[in-house]
Amino acid sequence: MIELTHVTMKFRMANDRILSLKEFVVKFLTRKIKFKEFTALEDVSFKINQGEVVGIIGRNGAGKSTLLKIISGILMPTQGMVQVKGSIAPMLELGAGFDMDLTARENIFLNGAILGYSKQYLLDKYNDIVEFAELHEFMEVPIRNFSSGMIMRLAFSIATLVEPDILIVDEILSVGDTEFQKKSSKRMRELMSGGTTVIMVSHSIQQIRELCSKAVWLDRGKVIMVGECNEVCDSYMKQML
Amino acid sequence: MHPFLLYRRYSFLLAQLVKRDFKTKYRRSILGVLWSLLNPLLIMVVQYLVFSTLFRFDIPNYAVYLLIGIVFFNYMSEATSQAMTCIVQNASLINKVYMPKYIYPFSRVLSTGVNFIFSLIALYLVIISSGMTIRFSHLTLLFDFICLFVFICGISFFLATIMVFFRDTQFLYTIVITIWTYLTPIFYPESILPAHMMIVMKLNPMYHFIRFARFVILEGGVPDPKAWFYCALFALLSISLGYFIFKKAENKFILYL
Repeated sequence: MIELTHVTMKFRMANDRILSLKEFVVKFLTRKIKFKEFTALEDVSFKINQGEVVGIIGRNGAGKSTLLKIISGILMPTQGMVQVKGSIAPMLELGAGFDMDLTARENIFLNGAILGYSKQYLLDKYNDIVEFAELHEFMEVPIRNFSSGMIMRLAFSIATLVEPDILIVDEILSVGDTEFQKKSSKRMRELMSGGTTVIMVSHSIQQIRELCSKAVWLDRGKVIMVGECNEVCDSYMKQML
Repeated sequence: MHPFLLYRRYSFLLAQLVKRDFKTKYRRSILGVLWSLLNPLLIMVVQYLVFSTLFRFDIPNYAVYLLIGIVFFNYMSEATSQAMTCIVQNASLINKVYMPKYIYPFSRVLSTGVNFIFSLIALYLVIISSGMTIRFSHLTLLFDFICLFVFICGISFFLATIMVFFRDTQFLYTIVITIWTYLTPIFYPESILPAHMMIVMKLNPMYHFIRFARFVILEGGVPDPKAWFYCALFALLSISLGYFIFKKAENKFILYL
């Protein structure tokens, strides 16, 4: 279960990002530090129940990614509260924390640990991960020697072969060659229908209609509409025309 | 939840990160891990040759005296410099995955700590080969190591924090380290210092950590309560200040990366 109450996220942007001490002192003394406030999310409240598949729609810059980051705990909201029950697997980027100098096997454990899984759990799932990625004979090879497709296959396998309570997906993931794309999108669908709470962002309304039961429509940081997926998508499309 | 209670939950992650740091450090080098042992020994040999023939300090067991200073100071400077850049270097990761931020500097201090243990092996090789005896009182060194470790953690938290907001910290810090090296009696005896410099020395935490170890190893005794007190004091001061500043700022890190 996820509940957001009156979440507001403001970024304070200095007119130039000051990253050196000298600059800071000079500008502070000459009173040239000005801050511009930018509100990425304003008074966002909604609730997601267990097992719901929720799509977040809206135009570029509507605050979709910021919202995902706040739910994953990466960003702290300026105001408001976020309550999350259950383990979260953020899939904002595949292969976060991969180290090119380590072997594929070592990277499975490193990446798995970063995503918050225990050693025992990864040991249990290890064979499934290798199986799914189809990289049996390459497990002891440093991944700097991998092709980018192979790296993505490995990353996808780690990210999806675990069963989190809440899955957060920024754009639907399909990687690799056609064969693997089929396999990976099938895997995503399985995950989504398997009782996991899913929050996904997509620009494809068709995909949202197909997969989601509920939708949230964001525009310039504000919630315009929350409700049954098709209803929200219909009004969104109407407004876009 | 209190971060030190969370340690159990994140111990696997910490172990993975330390392993990663250590493995990648020596990957593609022929001698590999041996470098952790060789490095302090080679520095010691060079400085020993320079200072025992050039300046002729009258210190018994000068090789051991020197190596204790080098091993301790190197751990401090290496760990803090590594930890300083850890938040900035892991910017992409911090943007994508949530994990408690103290993990980053803490894992760096731990992985350079593995190096420190190898340097200690080198130190003990020199102690044995110079004919000194290893006594039970050497166990008191554990207290010294813990204080040093806690002290380094504090400094690392502090540096990692200000590095996020002011990137010049890294350039400034190399100068600070150089000054600090000369202000610590690593290769020279304390006795050459004038009286007013001894006051400065008393404020230098590294001086106390190194003095503690030298007393135990070279004099073969247990240091007086004052020495224990100073080590603990600096460790606690550093960790409470460093951790406080880190905690205060950690939620803002992401806005500056």
